[in-house]
Amino acid sequence: MAVTREAMLEQWDRPSRWRRPTVWDVLWGLLAAAGSIYLYWLYRSYMDGYEVAIQIGSTLALIAWGWYWKPARPFALAVALLAAMALWRYGADFELRRSDFLLKYFLESQAAFMWMSSLYVLATVAYFAALFGRSEFVGKTATALTWCATAMGLTGLLVRWRESYLLGTDIGHIPVSNLYEVFILFAVITALLYLFYEDRHRTRAMGGFALLVISGAVGFLLWYAFERQAHHIQPLIPALQSYWMKIHVPANFVGYGAFALAAMLGVAYLLRLGAETRRPDGLLVRVLPPLELLDEVMYKAIALGFAAFTVATILGALWAAEAWGGYWSWDPKETWALIVWLNYAAWLHLRLTKGWRGAPMAWWAVVGLVVTLFAFLGVNMFLSGLHSYGSL
Amino acid sequence: MNEATARESFSRRTLGWVLLEFLGSMNLAITLLVVIAIASVIGTVLQQNQPYPDYVLKFGPFWFEVFRQLGLYDVYGTGWFIGILSFLILSTSVCLYRQVPNMLREMIRFRTQVQLRSLRGFHQHSEWLLPGRDLSAVLTAAAGVFRIHGYRCRSQDYGDHWIVAAMKGRYNRLGYLFAHAAVVVIGIGGLLDGNLWLKLKEWRGEVAVETRDLAARDVPPVSRLKPGAVPAFRGNVMLPEGTAANFVFLRLRDGYLLQELPFAIELQEFRVEYYDTGQPKSFVSQVRIHDQEHLGDRPLEATIQVNHPLVYRGYAIYQSDFGDGGSKLELQAWPLSGIRWEPAEVKGEVGSALGLTGSSGSLRLELDEFRLFNLLPEPDARPGDRKFRNFGPSVGFKLRDAAGEAREYLNYLMPAQLEGRWFYISGVRSRPGDAFSYLHIPVDAKNSPERFLKFNARLHDESWLRSLLGRPTLAAENPDLRHDFDLVRLNLVGLFIQGGFAAVSERAKTVVPADRLQEATMLYLNILRDTLASVFVEVLREEGVNVEQGIGEREDAFFSDAVSALEMLPVYGAPFYLQPTGFQQVEASGLQVARSGGTGVVYVGFFFLITGIFIMFYTSHRRLWAWLLIEDGATRLVLAGTGNRRQTEFAHEFAGLRMDLTRRLGPSEPVATVPVAEVSLPDAPVAMPVAGSRSTT
Ligand code: HEM
Repeated sequence: MAVTREAMLEQWDRPSRWRRPTVWDVLWGLLAAAGSIYLYWLYRSYMDGYEVAIQIGSTLALIAWGWYWKPARPFALAVALLAAMALWRYGADFELRRSDFLLKYFLESQAAFMWMSSLYVLATVAYFAALFGRSEFVGKTATALTWCATAMGLTGLLVRWRESYLLGTDIGHIPVSNLYEVFILFAVITALLYLFYEDRHRTRAMGGFALLVISGAVGFLLWYAFERQAHHIQPLIPALQSYWMKIHVPANFVGYGAFALAAMLGVAYLLRLGAETRRPDGLLVRVLPPLELLDEVMYKAIALGFAAFTVATILGALWAAEAWGGYWSWDPKETWALIVWLNYAAWLHLRLTKGWRGAPMAWWAVVGLVVTLFAFLGVNMFLSGLHSYGSL
Repeated sequence: MNEATARESFSRRTLGWVLLEFLGSMNLAITLLVVIAIASVIGTVLQQNQPYPDYVLKFGPFWFEVFRQLGLYDVYGTGWFIGILSFLILSTSVCLYRQVPNMLREMIRFRTQVQLRSLRGFHQHSEWLLPGRDLSAVLTAAAGVFRIHGYRCRSQDYGDHWIVAAMKGRYNRLGYLFAHAAVVVIGIGGLLDGNLWLKLKEWRGEVAVETRDLAARDVPPVSRLKPGAVPAFRGNVMLPEGTAANFVFLRLRDGYLLQELPFAIELQEFRVEYYDTGQPKSFVSQVRIHDQEHLGDRPLEATIQVNHPLVYRGYAIYQSDFGDGGSKLELQAWPLSGIRWEPAEVKGEVGSALGLTGSSGSLRLELDEFRLFNLLPEPDARPGDRKFRNFGPSVGFKLRDAAGEAREYLNYLMPAQLEGRWFYISGVRSRPGDAFSYLHIPVDAKNSPERFLKFNARLHDESWLRSLLGRPTLAAENPDLRHDFDLVRLNLVGLFIQGGFAAVSERAKTVVPADRLQEATMLYLNILRDTLASVFVEVLREEGVNVEQGIGEREDAFFSDAVSALEMLPVYGAPFYLQPTGFQQVEASGLQVARSGGTGVVYVGFFFLITGIFIMFYTSHRRLWAWLLIEDGATRLVLAGTGNRRQTEFAHEFAGLRMDLTRRLGPSEPVATVPVAEVSLPDAPVAMPVAGSRSTT
């Protein structure tokens, strides 16, 4: 054993665990912290201790997000500016949403959601056009459209948050309290997850598939708003008046979004697999992303979804312990969350420990989305229980 | 579950081993995960813990019994379901028991014994031939690069060659341990908090479920649980304002148990606050806890709200429900079937029953509920239009006949405006769960239902009708014809009050030949309508309304509304219309009291589950080897690496590592290197054909 040599080497070659922060990293951190402090100063009277803790946690998460993934910074800045502009136009008068030009056609939450919806649909078309037309330029446009749509969606949510307070301080709440609002959250989170993988894997070939599920959500949203008038801001029922909602619901939607993304990649996988066996030199094989890539991103999405869903379910359990008298009541929504969770646990084990790959896992991911959708929508539509606030 | 273990263990195949092998097998684990998922669906599709009669109604006696035997009315508490859950816990424990020693060994061992052949077989490997280079310099360079990348190294001299073995991220292996131990811990904690204890007591015959509807003090000792008899329970009690209780009821299958508490909860006040829109904003119970032993004579005052429970001595008290605590009601019963219309006064409390005897036999009036607000969708709103209106207070009651058959009614205190006209509304249904059908009684000029009821009573009053019809203005020329005609009119009215217009058409079918049926029916209906109108005009006249110039638009509308209501009466089924006229509300708060000994254990499990899962997914245990050999004045260096997760990231790291190393080594002859950056590998368990060590995944 060359212990002495190793001891000597130890002094020269220190592992550097952290990348040295650049000036921009530091600036980003300071800016995010300053923004957060300003918001705290503005709205401190509405917050209790738990909510302040949540704000601190979210600020740290935002900073870390920007460090981990650079494109998050311009995105977050753009959203912050748009939302700030809307809040400034509003002042304290909710009715300005009908008269102020900027609000009415652009920044008022409903207008922002309409922009989001149309941009997502356009982006979907553009991604497929780029895929089949093999156009770099159209691909870049698709990415830009997706970023813009997502920025409008998130801005809309933030503005709606403020609008709910303008409607009445006792009505104000974070806009994740009913199906309409969480569908927007779903679209935004799924898009961000997709954009992350697009950036990391340097390919736009998965875009059309990811955006398809988002466009589906947009379709539902429009139907829900126009047919069922679900877009009105409603006051919170007593069961939802808790700081837990702020963390439980978003965590859940990271899970749902990731699972939805995985399922769409599963679809792409199956299409490509089918094309490879039937027409190995056909168009589909030429344009669709390679199987290994789809498989890998599918796995990553499911792993992320599983981790987020675990956190969300546990947060839900902690909330239930406070609101319903027990951390687990076998309420239909809870039970379906468990079903979703067990389903993906089985998927992960098959893949990691049994080494399963290919069509069965892709099919399973697609079926997983059906199960997930039932947990997310079906339970509210068909079953009754303690979570019955989100009905159609 | 992996080849190495299987081979090794083959020699000692005992029964215990076979059992262990089975319980710890991945196939079993995956099967259990899927089976539990599927079994859980049952309880979400079939509403759990409903009263048994509801199930009988739904499934019929045969299937009711089958489902009862299977425990489907409380799936999550049945033996078989708890059995599978326990099986998963057992399987995970066995898995842990068999994996943990391997994992720990993996964490500690550097694996300095490797074969050159196996290194060359790795996905990530690279080779250099360095002419005129000193082995120790190359070794220093390699170990240095490993360290810069955060690896820890061990080197070993084998005489003819050297090996530097390095690894990082070994704590990844703890992720497995944390997450799976957490599953076991949460599972056990959950079972402890379930109704296992009750089942055990029941099985030993110490307690028996009470199915009769008894007052708390009459519940026999065998259905009572002393404080602390079970470590975990969840029970409910409904407390009217101003009362106290030192017990809760635990619902179990088709009955309940009474759990005694070591303190009493007194409800001082229950309030519901509303938003401007009328939706409830908060449910608040103002309570006092009386506990002689711990509080003496000074009770603890507290408020309990949804999301803000009170925890007292390990018992958590939640706001879970609310109801009526015996509101005092004043009602007027307007007869519907006789010749009198004057109302009778009725007084009662919600929750009480009154015996009534009338022409149609004896009836039991059960006053079930009183509601102060009824926020309902606007009747003429489009579906989905979120417009609501407060219809004001309502009384829900049942009328039960001698045979025990009951109809349910819901009567509103205040008239409601529909399509511009005002009505007293009463809903009726003959089966719980059905939608209500509504009787709309038009409101008269004095804001009362009286005119309608008088109109109705007059139609029942044959002698009054006869005298009305006999008046000259209404009479035809010929006395005989007139007599016949009056008889027809009386008959028509009689048919109408018994079965509406439908009864008239029915009768027509039996007395008129088919070819003239339509014509005759039309005639009958016209005569009937005419007669009803005459009666109505007479009623108006008696009321003092001036009808000489004909009747006005309002009265006209009243008439057609009244006729519609009369049509509804035969199916309304009550011998009177019960009009709520006054109330004094007494509210009750539904409190849930829970004690769960396993909560702490479960929360610790939660912590480890999250930690474990993130460690497993987002770190990986990576190993690197440098294999060095002097060869004709040159040094041969073989670099290889493997990681148990995140292969793409590892491939990138390996590429960077190779570049760093190349830079340090200076000019060399690269030999058979793999273009690492382009390799994107799935996270397959990479086989590690390493002598003397076992793969763990
Ligand atoms: C509810 C029960 C369980 C949950 C939630 C769970 C969760 C997980 C997760 C999330 C992973 C990581 C998968 C990945 O990285 O892709 C994993 C890995 C694993 N699980 Fe489970 N598991 C459960 C039950 C079991 C059981 C019963 C067994 C034993 C038969 C088992 C054996 C393993 C093994 C051997 C690994 C691989 C560990 C490694 O290589 O680091 N798991 N489990």
